Amino acid sequence: MVHLSADECKDVSAVFSKVNVDQLGGESLASLLIVYPWTRRHFKTFGNLSSTDAILHNAKVQAHGAKVLGAVRDALKHVANLGGHFAHLSDLHCQQLFVDPANFKLFAGIVSIRVGQTMRQAYTPHVQASFEKFLDAVTDALAKGYH
Amino acid sequence: MTLTAADKALVVALWGKISGQTEALGAEALFRLFTCFGQSKTYFSHFDLSQGSADLKRHGAKVLGALGEAASHLDNLPQALSKLSDLHAYNLRVDPANFQLLSHSIQVTLAAHFPADFTPEAQSAWDKFISAVSGVLTSKYR
Repeated sequence: MVHLSADECKDVSAVFSKVNVDQLGGESLASLLIVYPWTRRHFKTFGNLSSTDAILHNAKVQAHGAKVLGAVRDALKHVANLGGHFAHLSDLHCQQLFVDPANFKLFAGIVSIRVGQTMRQAYTPHVQASFEKFLDAVTDALAKGYH
Repeated sequence: MTLTAADKALVVALWGKISGQTEALGAEALFRLFTCFGQSKTYFSHFDLSQGSADLKRHGAKVLGALGEAASHLDNLPQALSKLSDLHAYNLRVDPANFQLLSHSIQVTLAAHFPADFTPEAQSAWDKFISAVSGVLTSKYR
């Protein structure tokens, strides 16, 4: 299990306080669907995803991205037991949504890049390391229930 | 995975802005790599890895310079990068997983320095571009 130090938690908290989580979540999900087009396979009910422009203006993508990143942010309060916290969601993604856990890593990578784009030099290498460690812990917890 | 004409244009356009700062940007990308992915430091036991060190600046400039070289030979990467490919296969032998880590570190650096330019389309183009370069550099591994 991954352990985050108090300082690392502080770094993560600072990142979430400096970004608009809804907007960043929406942009990150849109970017995922643009940069890794095969991920669109999971969003067939989301309407028009046929072009970059369509994706960027898709309200369902924005809303879902906001929901996902909001859940990631809320997980910081449960960092001592992310496996337990995400047990239900892990089961859902495995048994009902059939999402390859590799996609969680792809999404996390994009979130980090978007944070860098937003926070610029304030997203120091040190803060990036803390934040990516947290994202790793979240993606691992989400993959934990797979079998 | 192929680079479209639009991808190539995006790569060349952003390279134009990067080319004047390869030392600073390259050093930052490397420092992000070493800070976030400690295992990558195993290839640089002979380096001063402190932030902004002369070693990081020199090597960062070399790495980004090679990407720049690749950017002007997008239609023939294997030939343009042949010597570097040999170097990585027979001499450096960096585990292939590290190319993805460096790609990510470069992209975070670019996003932070060129937020308006690093749109999702630009990110897609650069992700594909660096992936293509990495593929050439590991193509002779076995």
